Amino acid sequence: MTSSLQQETFDCRKIFAETLIELARQNERIVVVCNDSVGSSNLNDFKKEFPDRLINVGIAEQNMIGVAAGLANSGFIPFVSCAGPFLSGRALEQVKADVAYNMYPVILCAQSPGVSYGELGPTHHSIEDFSWIRALTDITLLSPADPKQTKDAILWAAKANKPVYMRVNRFKIPKTTPEHSPFEVGKALVLKKGKDVTLITTGILVSRALEASSILEEQGISTRVLNIHTINPLDKEAILAAASETRGIVTMEEAITTGGLGAAVAEVVVEHHPTKMRILGVSHFAPTGSASFLLDHFGLSVENIVKSAYELVR
Amino acid sequence: MTGMQGVLGKNDKDRLLKLSQIAAEIRIDIVNTIAAAKMGHIGGDFSVTDILVSLFFGVMNYKSQEPHWADRDRFILSKGHCSAALYSVMAKAGYFKHEQLGEFMQPLSFLGGHPNRRKLAGIEANTGPLGHGLPIGVGCATGAKLAKKTCRTFVVLGDGELQEGSNWEAAMYAGHRKLENLMAIVDRNRLQQGAGTEDTNALDPLPDKWRSFGWDAYELDGHNFQELLEVMDAPFTGKPKVIIANTIKGKGVSFIENRVEWHHKVPSAEQNVQAIKELTHS
Ligand SMILES: Cc1ncc(C[n+]2csc(CCOP(=O)(O)OP(=O)(O)O)c2C)c(N)n1
Repeated sequence: MTSSLQQETFDCRKIFAETLIELARQNERIVVVCNDSVGSSNLNDFKKEFPDRLINVGIAEQNMIGVAAGLANSGFIPFVSCAGPFLSGRALEQVKADVAYNMYPVILCAQSPGVSYGELGPTHHSIEDFSWIRALTDITLLSPADPKQTKDAILWAAKANKPVYMRVNRFKIPKTTPEHSPFEVGKALVLKKGKDVTLITTGILVSRALEASSILEEQGISTRVLNIHTINPLDKEAILAAASETRGIVTMEEAITTGGLGAAVAEVVVEHHPTKMRILGVSHFAPTGSASFLLDHFGLSVENIVKSAYELVR
Repeated sequence: MTGMQGVLGKNDKDRLLKLSQIAAEIRIDIVNTIAAAKMGHIGGDFSVTDILVSLFFGVMNYKSQEPHWADRDRFILSKGHCSAALYSVMAKAGYFKHEQLGEFMQPLSFLGGHPNRRKLAGIEANTGPLGHGLPIGVGCATGAKLAKKTCRTFVVLGDGELQEGSNWEAAMYAGHRKLENLMAIVDRNRLQQGAGTEDTNALDPLPDKWRSFGWDAYELDGHNFQELLEVMDAPFTGKPKVIIANTIKGKGVSFIENRVEWHHKVPSAEQNVQAIKELTHS
Protein backbone atom coordinates (compact mmCIF):
# COMPACT_ATOMS: atom_id res chain seq x y z
CA MET A 1 0.00 0.00 0.00
CA THR A 2 3.04 2.29 0.06
CA SER A 3 3.07 5.01 -2.55
CA SER A 4 4.21 4.25 -6.04
CA LEU A 5 5.16 7.91 -6.46
CA GLN A 6 8.87 8.22 -7.10
CA GLN A 7 9.50 11.61 -5.54
CA GLU A 8 12.80 13.41 -5.11
CA THR A 9 13.80 13.50 -1.45
CA PHE A 10 15.79 15.98 0.61
CA ASP A 11 18.01 16.12 3.67
CA CYS A 12 17.24 19.44 5.40
CA ARG A 13 20.79 19.89 6.69
CA LYS A 14 21.81 21.28 3.32
CA ILE A 15 19.32 24.14 3.29
CA PHE A 16 20.11 24.72 6.97
CA ALA A 17 23.78 25.34 6.21
CA GLU A 18 23.08 27.43 3.12
CA THR A 19 20.58 29.62 4.93
CA LEU A 20 22.96 30.29 7.81
CA ILE A 21 25.66 31.43 5.40
CA GLU A 22 23.17 33.67 3.60
CA LEU A 23 22.08 35.18 6.91
CA ALA A 24 25.61 35.62 8.18
CA ARG A 25 26.54 37.58 5.07
CA GLN A 26 23.71 40.01 5.72
CA ASN A 27 24.01 40.26 9.48
CA GLU A 28 27.28 40.19 11.36
CA ARG A 29 25.52 39.40 14.61
CA ILE A 30 24.76 35.87 13.40
CA VAL A 31 27.07 33.32 15.05
CA VAL A 32 27.02 29.53 15.28
CA VAL A 33 27.90 27.54 18.39
CA CYS A 34 28.52 23.79 18.20
CA ASN A 35 30.02 20.75 19.92
CA ASP A 36 32.62 19.05 17.70
CA SER A 37 29.79 18.84 15.17
CA VAL A 38 31.08 21.03 12.35
CA GLY A 39 31.01 18.17 9.85
CA SER A 40 27.81 16.50 10.98
CA SER A 41 26.05 19.89 10.98
CA ASN A 42 27.33 20.57 7.47
CA LEU A 43 29.09 23.72 8.70
CA ASN A 44 32.45 23.41 6.93
CA ASP A 45 31.55 26.10 4.40
CA PHE A 46 30.32 28.42 7.14
CA LYS A 47 33.59 27.89 8.97
CA LYS A 48 35.59 28.71 5.86
CA GLU A 49 33.77 31.98 5.27
CA PHE A 50 33.32 33.03 8.91
CA PRO A 51 36.03 31.28 10.94
CA ASP A 52 35.62 33.59 13.94
CA ARG A 53 31.88 33.26 14.02
CA LEU A 54 31.83 29.48 14.30
CA ILE A 55 32.40 28.74 17.96
CA ASN A 56 33.19 25.07 18.47
CA VAL A 57 33.41 24.49 22.22
CA GLY A 58 34.29 20.81 21.83
CA ILE A 59 32.32 17.95 23.31
CA ALA A 60 30.76 20.04 26.05
CA GLU A 61 27.05 20.64 25.55
CA GLN A 62 26.26 22.29 28.85
CA ASN A 63 29.03 24.79 28.27
CA MET A 64 27.80 25.19 24.68
CA ILE A 65 24.37 26.42 25.81
CA GLY A 66 25.81 28.72 28.46
CA VAL A 67 28.22 30.21 25.93
CA ALA A 68 25.35 30.80 23.51
CA ALA A 69 23.38 32.57 26.24
CA GLY A 70 26.37 34.79 26.95
CA LEU A 71 26.78 35.59 23.28
CA ALA A 72 23.13 36.60 23.14
CA ASN A 73 23.75 38.82 26.13
CA SER A 74 26.50 40.52 24.10
CA GLY A 75 24.09 41.31 21.30
CA PHE A 76 24.72 38.32 19.04
CA ILE A 77 22.16 35.98 17.53
CA PRO A 78 23.54 32.51 18.29
CA PHE A 79 22.40 29.47 16.35
CA VAL A 80 23.35 26.40 18.37
CA SER A 81 23.85 23.36 16.17
CA CYS A 82 24.10 19.98 17.88
CA ALA A 83 22.71 16.47 17.55
CA GLY A 84 19.19 16.52 19.00
CA PRO A 85 19.65 14.21 21.98
CA PHE A 86 22.62 16.11 23.37
CA LEU A 87 21.01 19.48 22.82
CA SER A 88 17.58 18.93 24.31
CA GLY A 89 18.46 16.27 26.85
CA ARG A 90 22.09 16.70 27.76
CA ALA A 91 21.80 20.40 28.37
CA LEU A 92 18.13 20.61 29.31
CA GLU A 93 18.67 22.55 32.50
CA GLN A 94 20.89 25.02 30.70
CA VAL A 95 18.21 25.38 28.02
CA LYS A 96 15.67 26.10 30.74
CA ALA A 97 17.66 28.37 33.04
CA ASP A 98 20.24 29.98 30.75
CA VAL A 99 18.14 30.42 27.61
CA ALA A 100 14.41 30.27 28.32
CA TYR A 101 14.29 31.91 31.71
CA ASN A 102 16.69 34.63 30.58
CA MET A 103 14.67 35.07 27.40
CA TYR A 104 17.86 35.15 25.36
CA PRO A 105 17.36 34.97 21.59
CA VAL A 106 19.23 31.69 21.17
CA ILE A 107 18.11 29.42 18.35
CA LEU A 108 18.61 25.79 19.28
CA CYS A 109 18.92 23.68 16.15
CA ALA A 110 18.51 19.97 16.85
CA GLN A 111 20.29 18.07 14.11
CA SER A 112 19.24 14.56 13.10
CA PRO A 113 16.23 14.44 15.42
CA GLY A 114 13.74 11.68 16.08
CA VAL A 115 15.02 8.24 15.21
CA SER A 116 17.16 9.37 12.30
CA TYR A 117 20.27 7.96 13.97
CA GLY A 118 18.48 4.58 13.78
CA GLU A 119 21.13 1.95 14.47
CA LEU A 120 23.05 4.11 16.93
CA GLY A 121 20.26 3.37 19.35
CA PRO A 122 18.10 5.12 21.94
CA THR A 123 20.93 7.18 23.44
CA HIS A 124 21.19 8.88 20.07
CA HIS A 125 17.48 9.14 19.31
CA SER A 126 16.00 12.54 20.02
CA ILE A 127 12.43 11.49 20.61
CA GLU A 128 11.81 13.22 23.95
CA ASP A 129 12.46 16.75 22.69
CA PHE A 130 8.82 17.58 21.97
CA SER A 131 7.84 16.67 25.53
CA TRP A 132 10.86 18.19 27.22
CA ILE A 133 10.95 21.47 25.36
CA ARG A 134 7.18 21.76 25.44
CA ALA A 135 7.41 21.63 29.23
CA LEU A 136 9.57 24.76 29.29
CA THR A 137 7.86 28.09 29.05
CA ASP A 138 8.88 30.80 26.64
CA ILE A 139 10.47 28.65 23.96
CA THR A 140 8.96 28.51 20.51
CA LEU A 141 9.10 24.89 19.38
CA LEU A 142 9.31 24.41 15.62
CA SER A 143 9.26 21.19 13.65
CA PRO A 144 9.66 21.96 9.94
CA ALA A 145 8.44 19.41 7.43
CA ASP A 146 10.76 19.98 4.49
CA PRO A 147 13.53 22.24 3.12
CA LYS A 148 11.21 25.20 2.52
CA GLN A 149 9.92 25.17 6.07
CA THR A 150 13.41 24.65 7.45
CA LYS A 151 14.57 27.76 5.66
CA ASP A 152 11.48 29.73 6.67
CA ALA A 153 11.92 28.68 10.29
CA ILE A 154 15.54 29.85 10.35
CA LEU A 155 14.72 33.19 8.74
CA TRP A 156 11.87 33.74 11.17
CA ALA A 157 13.96 32.73 14.21
CA ALA A 158 16.80 35.07 13.30
CA LYS A 159 14.39 37.98 13.65
CA ALA A 160 12.19 36.66 16.43
CA ASN A 161 14.35 37.96 19.27
CA LYS A 162 13.33 35.13 21.55
CA PRO A 163 14.34 31.56 22.43
CA VAL A 164 13.59 29.03 19.69
CA TYR A 165 14.07 25.28 19.41
CA MET A 166 13.80 23.71 16.00
CA ARG A 167 14.45 20.34 14.45
CA VAL A 168 16.72 19.99 11.41
CA ASN A 169 15.82 16.73 9.69
CA ARG A 170 18.37 14.37 8.24
CA PHE A 171 15.90 11.65 7.22
CA LYS A 172 15.28 12.13 3.50
CA ILE A 173 11.84 13.51 2.75
CA PRO A 174 9.94 14.84 -0.25
CA LYS A 175 8.83 18.46 -0.43
CA THR A 176 5.34 18.79 0.99
CA THR A 177 4.92 22.52 1.42
CA PRO A 178 3.35 24.44 -1.48
CA GLU A 179 5.81 26.91 -3.00
CA HIS A 180 4.10 30.14 -1.95
CA SER A 181 2.42 29.14 1.28
CA PRO A 182 3.30 31.47 4.15
CA PHE A 183 5.13 30.23 7.26
CA GLU A 184 3.05 31.56 10.10
CA VAL A 185 4.47 30.55 13.45
CA GLY A 186 1.70 29.23 15.68
CA LYS A 187 -0.61 28.53 12.77
CA ALA A 188 -1.12 25.06 11.32
CA LEU A 189 -0.72 24.59 7.60
CA VAL A 190 -3.87 23.01 6.16
CA LEU A 191 -2.69 20.70 3.38
CA LYS A 192 -6.08 19.08 2.71
CA LYS A 193 -9.52 20.24 3.75
CA GLY A 194 -11.41 16.92 4.14
CA LYS A 195 -14.49 16.37 6.31
CA ASP A 196 -14.47 12.77 7.60
CA VAL A 197 -11.24 12.39 9.49
CA THR A 198 -8.25 14.59 10.37
CA LEU A 199 -4.60 13.61 10.23
CA ILE A 200 -2.47 15.89 12.38
CA THR A 201 1.25 15.60 12.03
CA THR A 202 4.59 17.32 11.86
CA GLY A 203 8.11 17.05 10.47
CA ILE A 204 9.10 14.10 8.35
CA LEU A 205 5.74 12.39 8.82
CA VAL A 206 3.84 15.02 6.85
CA SER A 207 4.66 13.22 3.61
CA ARG A 208 3.47 9.90 5.02
CA ALA A 209 0.24 11.56 6.18
CA LEU A 210 -0.33 12.88 2.67
CA GLU A 211 0.23 9.42 1.20
CA ALA A 212 -2.17 7.95 3.72
CA SER A 213 -4.78 10.58 2.91
CA SER A 214 -4.62 9.71 -0.80
CA ILE A 215 -5.31 6.07 0.03
CA LEU A 216 -8.16 7.04 2.34
CA GLU A 217 -9.68 9.28 -0.35
CA GLU A 218 -9.57 6.33 -2.75
CA GLN A 219 -11.62 4.43 -0.18
CA GLY A 220 -14.12 7.28 -0.09
CA ILE A 221 -12.93 8.82 3.18
CA SER A 222 -12.50 12.55 2.96
CA THR A 223 -9.34 13.44 4.90
CA ARG A 224 -8.15 16.67 6.44
CA VAL A 225 -4.37 16.98 6.78
CA LEU A 226 -2.77 19.50 9.13
CA ASN A 227 0.95 20.16 9.26
CA ILE A 228 1.59 21.42 12.78
CA HIS A 229 5.03 22.91 12.25
CA THR A 230 4.74 24.90 15.48
CA ILE A 231 4.23 22.71 18.51
CA ASN A 232 4.51 25.61 20.91
CA PRO A 233 2.49 27.81 20.68
CA LEU A 234 -0.07 25.33 19.39
CA ASP A 235 -2.78 26.29 16.88
CA LYS A 236 -5.79 25.52 19.09
CA GLU A 237 -8.22 26.96 16.59
CA ALA A 238 -7.25 24.52 13.85
CA ILE A 239 -7.39 21.62 16.30
CA LEU A 240 -10.83 22.59 17.59
CA ALA A 241 -12.11 22.99 14.05
CA ALA A 242 -10.84 19.47 13.28
CA ALA A 243 -12.46 18.13 16.45
CA SER A 244 -15.83 19.62 15.66
CA GLU A 245 -15.90 19.34 11.87
CA THR A 246 -14.48 15.82 11.38
CA ARG A 247 -15.32 12.55 13.11
CA GLY A 248 -11.94 11.79 14.60
CA ILE A 249 -8.28 12.79 14.77
CA VAL A 250 -5.19 10.71 14.18
CA THR A 251 -1.93 12.29 15.31
CA MET A 252 1.45 10.97 14.29
CA GLU A 253 4.91 12.05 15.38
CA GLU A 254 8.50 10.91 15.24
CA ALA A 255 8.64 11.29 19.00
CA ILE A 256 7.68 9.61 22.24
CA THR A 257 3.92 9.91 22.66
CA THR A 258 4.20 10.79 26.36
CA GLY A 259 3.79 14.55 26.36
CA GLY A 260 4.39 14.99 22.65
CA LEU A 261 2.32 16.37 19.80
CA GLY A 262 -0.54 13.89 20.22
CA ALA A 263 -0.70 14.66 23.92
CA ALA A 264 -0.70 18.38 23.20
CA VAL A 265 -3.58 17.97 20.74
CA ALA A 266 -5.42 15.76 23.23
CA GLU A 267 -5.13 18.39 25.94
CA VAL A 268 -6.94 20.86 23.71
CA VAL A 269 -9.51 18.36 22.49
CA VAL A 270 -10.39 17.00 25.92
CA GLU A 271 -10.90 20.40 27.42
CA HIS A 272 -12.92 21.96 24.63
CA HIS A 273 -14.42 19.39 22.30
CA PRO A 274 -13.86 15.72 23.22
CA THR A 275 -13.60 13.54 20.15
CA LYS A 276 -12.12 10.18 19.20
CA MET A 277 -8.36 10.16 18.74
CA ARG A 278 -5.56 7.79 17.84
CA ILE A 279 -2.08 8.87 18.91
CA LEU A 280 0.71 7.30 16.85
CA GLY A 281 4.34 7.66 17.78
CA VAL A 282 7.29 6.10 19.53
CA SER A 283 6.27 4.13 22.60
CA HIS A 284 9.50 2.86 24.15
CA PHE A 285 13.29 2.66 23.73
CA ALA A 286 13.84 1.40 20.21
CA PRO A 287 15.41 -1.88 19.22
CA THR A 288 18.34 -1.90 16.79
CA GLY A 289 17.35 -0.89 13.27
CA SER A 290 17.47 1.78 10.61
CA ALA A 291 15.35 4.90 10.87
CA SER A 292 12.78 3.72 8.34
CA PHE A 293 12.65 0.28 9.97
CA LEU A 294 11.96 1.96 13.31
CA LEU A 295 9.24 4.24 11.96
CA ASP A 296 7.40 1.19 10.67
CA HIS A 297 8.16 -0.70 13.88
CA PHE A 298 6.42 2.01 15.90
CA GLY A 299 3.29 2.01 13.74
CA LEU A 300 4.19 5.07 11.69
CA SER A 301 3.93 3.31 8.35
CA VAL A 302 1.49 4.66 5.76
CA GLU A 303 -0.46 1.39 6.13
CA ASN A 304 -0.91 1.83 9.85
CA ILE A 305 -1.86 5.48 9.52
CA VAL A 306 -4.57 4.45 7.05
CA LYS A 307 -5.72 1.64 9.35
CA SER A 308 -5.90 3.95 12.37
CA ALA A 309 -7.91 6.57 10.49
CA TYR A 310 -10.18 3.89 9.10
CA GLU A 311 -10.93 2.58 12.60
CA LEU A 312 -12.08 6.02 13.70
CA VAL A 313 -14.64 6.53 10.94
CA ARG A 314 -15.78 2.96 10.39
CA MET B 1 35.54 -19.39 29.97
CA THR B 2 36.84 -17.11 32.68
CA GLY B 3 39.06 -14.09 32.43
CA MET B 4 42.50 -15.15 31.32
CA GLN B 5 44.29 -13.40 34.12
CA GLY B 6 46.82 -15.91 35.40
CA VAL B 7 46.75 -17.75 32.13
CA LEU B 8 48.47 -14.74 30.66
CA GLY B 9 50.89 -13.43 33.23
CA LYS B 10 52.64 -10.15 32.70
CA ASN B 11 56.32 -9.74 31.80
CA ASP B 12 56.27 -13.04 30.02
CA LYS B 13 57.49 -12.81 26.43
CA ASP B 14 55.33 -15.57 25.02
CA ARG B 15 52.34 -14.15 26.69
CA LEU B 16 52.93 -10.64 25.44
CA LEU B 17 53.26 -12.13 21.98
CA LYS B 18 49.97 -13.93 22.50
CA LEU B 19 48.30 -10.63 23.39
CA SER B 20 49.53 -9.02 20.19
CA GLN B 21 48.24 -11.98 18.20
CA ILE B 22 44.85 -11.63 19.85
CA ALA B 23 44.88 -7.90 19.10
CA ALA B 24 45.60 -8.53 15.41
CA GLU B 25 42.70 -10.99 15.26
CA ILE B 26 40.44 -8.50 17.01
CA ARG B 27 41.31 -5.79 14.51
CA ILE B 28 40.45 -8.12 11.65
CA ASP B 29 37.14 -8.90 13.32
CA ILE B 30 36.48 -5.16 13.67
CA VAL B 31 37.14 -4.43 9.98
CA ASN B 32 34.94 -7.30 8.88
CA THR B 33 32.18 -6.38 11.30
CA ILE B 34 32.11 -2.75 10.20
CA ALA B 35 32.43 -3.56 6.51
CA ALA B 36 29.46 -5.92 6.74
CA ALA B 37 27.27 -3.47 8.66
CA LYS B 38 28.47 -0.51 6.57
CA MET B 39 28.52 1.47 9.81
CA GLY B 40 30.82 1.94 12.76
CA HIS B 41 33.65 3.96 14.30
CA ILE B 42 36.77 2.28 13.04
CA GLY B 43 39.36 4.90 14.02
CA GLY B 44 38.57 4.81 17.71
CA ASP B 45 38.04 1.04 17.62
CA PHE B 46 41.61 0.54 16.48
CA SER B 47 43.15 3.00 18.94
CA VAL B 48 41.45 1.31 21.88
CA THR B 49 41.95 -2.31 20.80
CA ASP B 50 45.22 -2.94 22.66
CA ILE B 51 43.80 -1.39 25.82
CA LEU B 52 40.75 -3.66 25.67
CA VAL B 53 42.86 -6.73 24.88
CA SER B 54 45.12 -5.99 27.85
CA LEU B 55 42.17 -5.67 30.19
CA PHE B 56 40.15 -8.66 28.98
CA PHE B 57 43.04 -11.06 28.33
CA GLY B 58 45.67 -9.90 30.77
CA VAL B 59 44.22 -8.12 33.76
CA MET B 60 40.55 -8.40 34.63
CA ASN B 61 38.82 -11.07 36.66
CA TYR B 62 35.51 -12.12 35.20
CA LYS B 63 33.58 -15.20 34.15
CA SER B 64 32.10 -14.77 30.71
CA GLN B 65 29.76 -17.70 31.29
CA GLU B 66 28.62 -16.13 34.54
CA PRO B 67 28.57 -12.46 33.59
CA HIS B 68 26.79 -11.37 36.75
CA TRP B 69 29.33 -13.02 39.06
CA ALA B 70 29.35 -10.64 42.03
CA ASP B 71 33.12 -10.47 42.52
CA ARG B 72 33.96 -9.62 38.90
CA ASP B 73 36.02 -6.59 38.03
CA ARG B 74 33.78 -3.99 36.43
CA PHE B 75 34.51 -2.67 32.96
CA ILE B 76 32.87 0.35 31.35
CA LEU B 77 33.57 1.53 27.81
CA SER B 78 32.65 5.15 28.23
CA LYS B 79 33.46 5.91 24.58
CA GLY B 80 30.54 3.68 23.65
CA HIS B 81 30.71 4.49 19.94
CA CYS B 82 33.59 2.00 19.82
CA SER B 83 31.25 -0.91 20.44
CA ALA B 84 32.61 -2.92 17.50
CA ALA B 85 35.95 -3.24 19.32
CA LEU B 86 34.24 -4.19 22.56
CA TYR B 87 31.98 -6.76 20.90
CA SER B 88 34.92 -8.34 19.09
CA VAL B 89 36.79 -8.64 22.38
CA MET B 90 33.76 -9.99 24.22
CA ALA B 91 33.13 -12.57 21.50
CA LYS B 92 36.69 -13.81 21.85
CA ALA B 93 36.37 -13.81 25.62
CA GLY B 94 33.38 -16.13 25.30
CA TYR B 95 30.42 -13.89 26.11
CA PHE B 96 28.74 -14.90 22.85
CA LYS B 97 29.53 -16.76 19.65
CA HIS B 98 32.02 -15.31 17.23
CA GLU B 99 29.72 -15.67 14.22
CA GLN B 100 27.16 -13.47 15.95
CA LEU B 101 29.41 -10.49 15.22
CA GLY B 102 27.69 -10.62 11.82
CA GLU B 103 24.56 -9.29 13.52
CA PHE B 104 26.26 -5.95 14.30
CA MET B 105 23.66 -3.18 13.76
CA GLN B 106 21.23 -5.48 11.96
CA PRO B 107 17.48 -5.00 12.64
CA LEU B 108 16.52 -6.19 16.14
CA SER B 109 20.10 -7.26 16.86
CA PHE B 110 21.55 -7.48 20.38
CA LEU B 111 24.69 -5.83 19.00
CA GLY B 112 23.52 -2.27 18.43
CA GLY B 113 25.66 0.69 17.48
CA HIS B 114 26.24 1.33 21.19
CA PRO B 115 26.53 -1.28 23.96
CA ASN B 116 23.25 -2.28 25.58
CA ARG B 117 23.20 -4.12 28.90
CA ARG B 118 19.56 -5.09 28.43
CA LYS B 119 20.62 -7.13 25.43
CA LEU B 120 24.12 -8.33 26.28
CA ALA B 121 25.08 -9.59 29.71
CA GLY B 122 28.55 -8.42 30.58
CA ILE B 123 27.91 -4.83 29.56
CA GLU B 124 27.82 -2.91 32.84
CA ALA B 125 26.46 0.38 31.49
CA ASN B 126 24.79 1.61 28.33
CA THR B 127 27.06 4.27 26.92
CA GLY B 128 27.11 6.44 23.81
CA PRO B 129 26.43 9.94 25.05
CA LEU B 130 29.97 10.93 26.02
CA GLY B 131 30.82 11.70 29.63
CA HIS B 132 28.76 9.05 31.42
CA GLY B 133 31.21 6.23 32.08
CA LEU B 134 33.38 7.72 34.80
CA PRO B 135 30.55 8.78 37.12
CA ILE B 136 29.05 5.29 36.85
CA GLY B 137 32.52 3.85 37.49
CA VAL B 138 32.79 5.98 40.63
CA GLY B 139 29.54 4.40 41.74
CA CYS B 140 30.82 0.88 41.04
CA ALA B 141 34.02 1.56 42.97
CA THR B 142 32.12 3.08 45.88
CA GLY B 143 29.79 0.08 45.87
CA ALA B 144 32.72 -2.34 46.01
CA LYS B 145 34.11 -0.47 49.02
CA LEU B 146 30.77 -0.47 50.79
CA ALA B 147 30.39 -4.20 50.15
CA LYS B 148 33.99 -4.73 51.30
CA LYS B 149 34.94 -6.42 48.05
CA THR B 150 38.36 -6.27 46.45
CA CYS B 151 37.17 -6.14 42.86
CA ARG B 152 38.30 -3.24 40.69
CA THR B 153 36.56 -0.90 38.26
CA PHE B 154 38.11 0.03 34.91
CA VAL B 155 36.70 2.85 32.78
CA VAL B 156 37.97 3.54 29.27
CA LEU B 157 37.50 7.12 28.10
CA GLY B 158 38.07 8.96 24.84
CA ASP B 159 40.31 12.00 25.08
CA GLY B 160 37.81 14.20 23.25
CA GLU B 161 35.26 12.86 25.68
CA LEU B 162 37.18 14.49 28.53
CA GLN B 163 35.85 17.83 27.33
CA GLU B 164 32.57 16.87 29.01
CA GLY B 165 32.42 18.44 32.46
CA SER B 166 30.78 15.40 34.04
CA ASN B 167 34.16 13.64 33.92
CA TRP B 168 35.72 16.28 36.11
CA GLU B 169 32.88 16.13 38.62
CA ALA B 170 33.57 12.40 38.90
CA ALA B 171 37.35 12.84 38.96
CA MET B 172 37.09 15.36 41.77
CA TYR B 173 34.94 13.08 43.87
CA ALA B 174 37.00 9.94 43.22
CA GLY B 175 40.13 11.81 44.28
CA HIS B 176 38.45 13.18 47.35
CA ARG B 177 37.18 9.73 48.36
CA LYS B 178 40.52 8.07 47.51
CA LEU B 179 38.85 5.42 45.38
CA GLU B 180 41.94 3.29 44.94
CA ASN B 181 39.89 0.50 43.37
CA LEU B 182 39.09 2.71 40.39
CA MET B 183 41.17 3.06 37.24
CA ALA B 184 40.49 5.37 34.30
CA ILE B 185 42.26 4.73 31.02
CA VAL B 186 42.25 7.60 28.55
CA ASP B 187 42.62 6.58 24.92
CA ARG B 188 44.82 9.55 24.05
CA ASN B 189 44.73 9.44 20.26
CA ARG B 190 44.59 13.25 20.02
CA LEU B 191 41.71 13.25 17.53
CA GLN B 192 38.01 13.71 18.14
CA GLN B 193 35.14 13.65 15.63
CA GLY B 194 35.93 16.68 13.52
CA ALA B 195 39.50 17.73 14.35
CA GLY B 196 42.42 17.35 16.74
CA THR B 197 41.65 17.66 20.45
CA GLU B 198 44.33 20.31 20.90
CA ASP B 199 42.85 22.37 18.06
CA THR B 200 39.32 22.08 19.40
CA ASN B 201 39.48 22.36 23.18
CA ALA B 202 42.95 21.48 24.41
CA LEU B 203 43.49 18.90 27.14
CA ASP B 204 47.21 19.15 27.83
CA PRO B 205 48.86 18.97 30.26
CA LEU B 206 46.60 16.02 30.86
CA PRO B 207 48.43 14.04 33.58
CA ASP B 208 48.79 17.23 35.66
CA LYS B 209 45.06 17.80 35.52
CA TRP B 210 44.34 14.38 37.00
CA ARG B 211 47.11 14.70 39.62
CA SER B 212 45.65 17.97 40.80
CA PHE B 213 42.38 16.10 41.35
CA GLY B 214 44.13 13.59 43.64
CA TRP B 215 44.87 10.78 41.19
CA ASP B 216 48.03 8.85 40.42
CA ALA B 217 48.66 9.50 36.73
CA TYR B 218 50.76 7.38 34.36
CA GLU B 219 51.56 8.28 30.78
CA LEU B 220 52.56 5.40 28.53
CA ASP B 221 52.38 3.86 25.07
CA GLY B 222 48.85 2.55 24.67
CA HIS B 223 49.98 -0.02 22.13
CA ASN B 224 52.67 -1.53 24.39
CA PHE B 225 51.24 -4.48 26.29
CA GLN B 226 54.02 -4.70 28.82
CA GLU B 227 53.65 -1.06 29.84
CA LEU B 228 49.87 -1.36 29.94
CA LEU B 229 49.83 -4.53 32.04
CA GLU B 230 52.36 -3.27 34.53
CA VAL B 231 50.29 -0.26 35.48
CA MET B 232 46.88 -1.89 35.09
CA ASP B 233 47.76 -4.72 37.40
CA ALA B 234 49.75 -2.76 39.98
CA PRO B 235 48.63 -2.96 43.62
CA PHE B 236 46.37 -0.33 45.18
CA THR B 237 48.14 2.85 46.28
CA GLY B 238 45.49 4.69 48.23
CA LYS B 239 44.50 6.82 45.24
CA PRO B 240 42.50 6.29 42.05
CA LYS B 241 44.77 5.72 39.04
CA VAL B 242 44.60 7.08 35.54
CA ILE B 243 46.54 5.87 32.53
CA ILE B 244 47.03 8.40 29.76
CA ALA B 245 47.53 5.84 27.01
CA ASN B 246 49.13 7.50 24.00
CA THR B 247 47.59 5.81 20.99
CA ILE B 248 47.18 6.20 17.26
CA LYS B 249 43.65 6.56 15.96
CA GLY B 250 43.23 3.88 13.29
CA LYS B 251 46.31 1.98 14.59
CA GLY B 252 47.26 -0.97 12.41
CA VAL B 253 46.06 0.11 8.97
CA SER B 254 48.20 2.63 7.07
CA PHE B 255 45.45 4.52 5.29
CA ILE B 256 43.32 4.82 8.43
CA GLU B 257 46.01 5.83 10.92
CA ASN B 258 45.74 9.39 12.19
CA ARG B 259 43.14 10.50 9.65
CA VAL B 260 40.29 12.39 11.22
CA GLU B 261 37.79 11.38 8.52
CA TRP B 262 38.15 7.74 9.58
CA HIS B 263 36.36 8.52 12.84
CA HIS B 264 33.34 6.89 11.27
CA LYS B 265 34.16 6.17 7.67
CA VAL B 266 33.42 2.69 6.36
CA PRO B 267 35.99 0.76 4.31
CA SER B 268 35.09 -0.11 0.72
CA ALA B 269 35.44 -3.71 -0.44
CA GLU B 270 38.97 -3.05 -1.76
CA GLN B 271 39.98 -1.14 1.35
CA ASN B 272 38.72 -4.04 3.42
CA VAL B 273 40.99 -6.45 1.58
CA GLN B 274 43.92 -4.08 1.93
CA ALA B 275 43.26 -3.58 5.66
CA ILE B 276 43.11 -7.29 6.33
CA LYS B 277 46.33 -7.78 4.39
CA GLU B 278 48.11 -5.22 6.52
CA LEU B 279 46.71 -6.62 9.74
CA THR B 280 47.60 -10.19 8.83
CA HIS B 281 51.25 -9.36 8.18
CA SER B 282 51.72 -7.04 11.12
C1 LIG C 1 27.37 13.97 24.63
C2 LIG C 1 27.84 13.66 23.25
N1 LIG C 1 28.14 14.66 22.40
C3 LIG C 1 28.53 14.38 21.14
C4 LIG C 1 28.61 13.08 20.71
C5 LIG C 1 28.98 12.76 19.26
N2 LIG C 1 30.29 12.11 19.18
C6 LIG C 1 30.44 10.76 19.04
S1 LIG C 1 32.02 10.25 19.05
C7 LIG C 1 32.59 11.85 19.16
C8 LIG C 1 34.06 12.13 19.23
C9 LIG C 1 34.70 11.44 20.39
O1 LIG C 1 36.06 11.71 20.46
P1 LIG C 1 36.98 10.88 21.44
O2 LIG C 1 36.37 10.87 22.80
O3 LIG C 1 38.35 11.43 21.35
O4 LIG C 1 36.87 9.39 20.88
P2 LIG C 1 37.76 8.63 19.82
O5 LIG C 1 38.58 9.65 19.08
O6 LIG C 1 38.64 7.73 20.60
O7 LIG C 1 36.85 7.87 18.93
C10 LIG C 1 31.51 12.74 19.21
C11 LIG C 1 31.64 14.22 19.29
C12 LIG C 1 28.27 12.07 21.62
N3 LIG C 1 28.30 10.77 21.30
N4 LIG C 1 27.91 12.39 22.89
